[in-house]
Amino acid sequence: MDIKVLGPGCAKCQQTEKIVKEAVAEAGITASVEKVTDVMKIAEYGVFGTPSVVVDGEVKSVGKIPTKEDVKKWIKK
Amino acid sequence: MVQDCCASGNNIMILACSGGSNVGQLSNQAAVELTQEGFGKMYCLAGIGGQLKAFVQSARDVPMIAAIDGCSVGCAKAILKNADIQNYNYVVLTDLGIEKNKNLSLSAAEVGKVKDAVRNACAGQLAATAINAAPSKGGCCG
Repeated sequence: MDIKVLGPGCAKCQQTEKIVKEAVAEAGITASVEKVTDVMKIAEYGVFGTPSVVVDGEVKSVGKIPTKEDVKKWIKK
Repeated sequence: MVQDCCASGNNIMILACSGGSNVGQLSNQAAVELTQEGFGKMYCLAGIGGQLKAFVQSARDVPMIAAIDGCSVGCAKAILKNADIQNYNYVVLTDLGIEKNKNLSLSAAEVGKVKDAVRNACAGQLAATAINAAPSKGGCCG
């Protein structure tokens, strides 16, 4: 599973990355979590704002910090 | 496209029908100018209409939308309905007394009238949510 956290690097983006990594660890799945900070690369996703979370190429959340439960639902097989 | 994480602008998503008449293009020009003035951020209604996941999800997650239709055909309204987005502030230019025609030379006065109408349409929600409040220290996204 490939998870990307889109965000240039403010506190909310960092918090989102932390929550995603915790959710992955607690779910016990194997996934790569990559932080995408380059604004041009973020723009390629077409999202309106950050932080955003992308799971296997699908945008799941835009412009807000997701809950850990939300993330677990997204990564549940 | 992406709103910078620490941008000073607010989170109002502005969606214009941008249609092929004077009112469609007035909606577009008003959206452009409102974005340039920092009122909100123009976004791609076509992406939502095309059901592109990132665009639909963005519209679902944004705290506030200003949708601008040129006329009562309501293309923006229909796109939002198809995307199951129900809460948005809405302006129809022909309801403002602007007559629809094919003259694409836009009047600055009419653009100003549209911008005022959009600001007025959003005023209630802005007051209720204090969406324009200064970001707290260390957190500025979303």
